[in-house]
Amino acid sequence: MSYNFKEWMNKPERLAPGHRMCAGCGGTIAVRNVLRALHEGDKAVIGNATGCLEVSTFMYPYTAWEDSYIHNAFENAGATLSGVETAYRALKKKGKIDDTYKFITFGGDGGTYDIGLQSLSGAMERNHDMVYVCYDNGAYMNTGVQRSSATPMYADTTTTPVGKKSIGKIQNRKDLAQVIAAHDIPYVAQTTFVKNFKDLHIKAEKAIYTPGAAFLNIMAPCPTGWKYIPSDLMEYCRLAVETCYWPLFEVVEGRWILNYEPKKKLPIEEFLKGQGRFKHLFKPGNEHLIAEFQAEVDRRWEQLQYNCSR
Amino acid sequence: MTKRDRMSGNEAVANALRQINPDVMPAFPITPSTEVPQFMASFAANGLVDTEFIPVESEHSSMSAAIGSEAAGARTVTATSSCGLAFMWEELYIAASNRLPLALVLVNRALSGPININCDHSDSMGARDAGWIQLYAETNQEAYDNMIMAYRIAEHDDVRLPIMICQDGFITSHAVMNIETIDDETVKNFVGTYEPDDYLLNKKRPMAVGPYAVSGYYMEAKRQQVEALRNVKRVALEVAEEFEKISGRKYGLFEEYRMDDAEYAIVIIGSAAGTAKDAVDKLREEGVKAGLIKIRFFRPFPAKEIVEALKGVKAVAVMDRSEGFSDNGGPMGAELISALYQAKSDMYAVNYIYGLGGRDVKVESIEEVYTALQEIVATGEVGETYRYLGLRERKDA
Repeated sequence: MSYNFKEWMNKPERLAPGHRMCAGCGGTIAVRNVLRALHEGDKAVIGNATGCLEVSTFMYPYTAWEDSYIHNAFENAGATLSGVETAYRALKKKGKIDDTYKFITFGGDGGTYDIGLQSLSGAMERNHDMVYVCYDNGAYMNTGVQRSSATPMYADTTTTPVGKKSIGKIQNRKDLAQVIAAHDIPYVAQTTFVKNFKDLHIKAEKAIYTPGAAFLNIMAPCPTGWKYIPSDLMEYCRLAVETCYWPLFEVVEGRWILNYEPKKKLPIEEFLKGQGRFKHLFKPGNEHLIAEFQAEVDRRWEQLQYNCSR
Repeated sequence: MTKRDRMSGNEAVANALRQINPDVMPAFPITPSTEVPQFMASFAANGLVDTEFIPVESEHSSMSAAIGSEAAGARTVTATSSCGLAFMWEELYIAASNRLPLALVLVNRALSGPININCDHSDSMGARDAGWIQLYAETNQEAYDNMIMAYRIAEHDDVRLPIMICQDGFITSHAVMNIETIDDETVKNFVGTYEPDDYLLNKKRPMAVGPYAVSGYYMEAKRQQVEALRNVKRVALEVAEEFEKISGRKYGLFEEYRMDDAEYAIVIIGSAAGTAKDAVDKLREEGVKAGLIKIRFFRPFPAKEIVEALKGVKAVAVMDRSEGFSDNGGPMGAELISALYQAKSDMYAVNYIYGLGGRDVKVESIEEVYTALQEIVATGEVGETYRYLGLRERKDA
């Protein structure tokens, strides 16, 4: 079936407006567009790790969620939803429930790459019929921009501050999609907000409707942490993809598929410039840092191409 | 219909669970509670229960999954011991504040370190302020009976709180004892089905669980938890009364043993009460007016009721099977002695720490406590109120 942008965008919102997320935040864009992939009539239970998304959308006594929703803690969105999904199977078996429910959980990169990794790994390995969506903004934004293992190298964060003797975060970022793919689950994909959102919408639909565990890693820029002009959000997503910093790919039943290859790979500066967290890289004398960043992007891009060529 | 049998405490609780047939059980292995999930997995594998077993990767995830499952509307149980309970810490509070009546079979074991697999109550006592109902057992029979009564108390409309069904690691969990079981049908009818008003999978009314609550709401939420816990006392007695009709066994918030005219009493929790009862019998034969109170519910703590039961006692020893590290006694010592003060009681009270990490408690050890109580009354000198029982001390010190 061909992709119809209008149809997708006209689907009813399942995250109501009036929540307290920032203007120019990628998190809510990720949520609204993943939920658009739910088929009409299908119900869902949404899970959520502690983070901006939780504290801004479910402040007692108000909730922005149209579907049933559960927030438990920071590090256990995977396990919590695995319990919900199991309850569904148990109650369905006993004839207590007849509707179709889907299970989708959202976590930021801190709650997913770091503190929630064990819980996520367990839920994925047990192959619960659920989707874990990581909205990756590359730091602990809710607590005030501390580095996570998803933070790109050289980023200026409040726990890797740039200073006279510091160039920001020293380590490269963890490749979580690859880690989860190694769990041998039916579906893993990496995406972000590009063009008409086809990539995200189709992947979300596949993730939700593939039986078993699925993982979606969505780059979701954060104006507070990245320090960009909020209206530039889509441009940074485009540049992340065109520089091959954030490639779009899928791993379907263990088979790696590259979804997009830029005709002309842009230099990484295009993505880095304009973001306050990388400002120091453009100071005279720091050219080698950008070169090193570029080398990392190239190395990973080549590895991905290799994975996808087999 | 009842049947005489022989089982270990773990087997007894697992059999109660087989009869209850909960919807979901996430669990992680840890000595000495491991057998409970093993039994349940085996019951499921052989079609004896419909329970969906989730072999989680940690206790933190077993409690997290249990919260998800219970919130979804499924009757849920998990089991653990010691460090497993400690690893669930944060989640215990969340289960209680979300008012989820899930059950946790706790087989009491010492907390690390040093690592020790034997019984004491440091695990559940550490979790005493998490907002859970805590039920303790002296025998395998009581562990079985408590499990059968647990959901009726926890799921009651006036309660809706998680419940911890505790028994002593190895001493009752692994020792085989005589037991009287109730037939499956009677248990099933007694426990009933779980029909929550609100749950995640309720298609008529979606629900949101686990909000962010600002200062304007948080305090009231906590106060409501206390209100629910307070209601446990009434509900537990109502449930016990009904349970007596199907079992012939009578339960209260605590058990009074030869307390009618007692002058010297100990207050104790768990299997050591059995040993202590032997000591009481022996002392009674010698003409000493010894008595005993065995705690069944530590949460809620029936403070006023215990103080009332202690009326007429000249000296009491509060027995704690866990350290409190306050340097002022153990957890039950602190609670009970403060309750006595509030009741303006003038009885002598001392607090003993005993049986840590599986240290054996003998009839003679308990007799030693009663002897000390008699000395206190005879001399009017309380001496040290915070004492250790059965501690090995250097002879040359």
